[in-house]
Amino acid sequence: MEEQLQATPICGRHRALNALMAPFGGWDMPIQYEGIIAEHSWCRSSSALFDICHMGEFIFQGDFVADGLEDVFTFSVQTIPLGRSRYGFLLNERGGIVDDLIVFRLAEDKVMIVVNAATAPKDFAVIKERLTGGSFTDITAATGKLDLQGPLSRYVMVEVFGEEVATLPYFRFITLNILGVEAIVSRTGYTGELGYEIFIPADKVGELWDLLLEDERVKPAGLGARDVLRLEVGYSLYGSDIDEETTPLEAGLEGFVNFETTFVGKEALLRQKEQGPPRQKVAFEVNGRRSPRHFYDICSGGENVGMVTSGVFSPMVGKGIGIGFVLPELAVVGTPLTICHERITMEATVCELPFFKDGSVRG
Amino acid sequence: MGTYFTKEHEWVKVTEGIGSVGISEHAAHELGDITFVELPKIGTTVTQFGLLGSIESVKAASDIFAPVSGKVVKVNDALDTAPEVVNESAEDGGWMAQVEIADEAELKNLMTQAQYDDYLKTL
Repeated sequence: MEEQLQATPICGRHRALNALMAPFGGWDMPIQYEGIIAEHSWCRSSSALFDICHMGEFIFQGDFVADGLEDVFTFSVQTIPLGRSRYGFLLNERGGIVDDLIVFRLAEDKVMIVVNAATAPKDFAVIKERLTGGSFTDITAATGKLDLQGPLSRYVMVEVFGEEVATLPYFRFITLNILGVEAIVSRTGYTGELGYEIFIPADKVGELWDLLLEDERVKPAGLGARDVLRLEVGYSLYGSDIDEETTPLEAGLEGFVNFETTFVGKEALLRQKEQGPPRQKVAFEVNGRRSPRHFYDICSGGENVGMVTSGVFSPMVGKGIGIGFVLPELAVVGTPLTICHERITMEATVCELPFFKDGSVRG
Repeated sequence: MGTYFTKEHEWVKVTEGIGSVGISEHAAHELGDITFVELPKIGTTVTQFGLLGSIESVKAASDIFAPVSGKVVKVNDALDTAPEVVNESAEDGGWMAQVEIADEAELKNLMTQAQYDDYLKTL
């Protein structure tokens, strides 16, 4: 059965730019315009614009504690200060990751929850089932999202949105008027560079796209470059590195789990914490330019010890880099691993994250 | 003698019994940014349509097949550090290996430039 793809409001603009389009998370998305490496390099040196309208946005309004939202995620919602956001997880009973997401504290009684595209319908159903009150709405279709990322993105943002953006710290956001509507500008991103995520009504996102591209420091970038950028700084990709069968402990993301709070999946995580996870995420660098890829085997001493979940040639490192899951005793920096697939083998060494350490993200 | 192509988008340019081998501009474009080329070892004997090497782009890893049988006498080892040359000049500077052609009669199993151009229109 042919899957019915959804199109973002600016799909026509991508086609006009001759973008290579492909399905991603149920959406028809631009993979590349000029080329993945050129767009990657532009994002690391200037400012790249991404159409991220496919991601899901939900609004909850109500009493966080009484209506049950406080116990939905692996972190506390009520303690997020106004104007700030927090990253964490929605888990299943087994501690598996239903999704990774960011919650934005919009008002005393209101948050916006930003989730991955492919998981948005599932997330909405899971969260709704756990709520006992309040109003909960999916605003994905009405919401446009553009990411402007790169060391020069602040200058561009200040010119377009005004001086208020200049001092916005990491993981904070402000609401600003632009093009006659309200937009949320957040100092967050998925590239390891200084950058912004902009939420604007869907019917204005095309105008904003055009406006940002007028600046010669800005070029469009597709999901191909976005994947290389995120992997170079070690960010997990839902559906590849993390999924419902993976816990935050296995994925090395315990820092985004607050055990002081109550949440679905906590008992399972506590049990796993006590017994030790059966496998552990590792980052590794390949000795050469070959690229590890999702599903390649990870071997050690002739034995299969795990699987690659993400891999790419890193232009910044100049080598193949990857993330995978292995037996915990092998998840030690410096451990040699062999990556195998059919007749391909490559030698790799477990390393620390991020692979690329000089991003401007906190700049 | 001219340039001949395979259905798998390799080319061979024949000069005095030596065939220079690479992938077509079409193939390089389809692969996107090329990040790694695995070249054969000098002295290896390859057979027509058998494995010659492999090529990787950000998007995919693909095998490269030999358009002709013979012994590998030279490789373009500049591609070890600059595989992007294949994107820039797939059918010239991006050549991968030179093969001492064992049997020029094999060329009739390949497409001429005109035939290859027609073949691309059918894809």
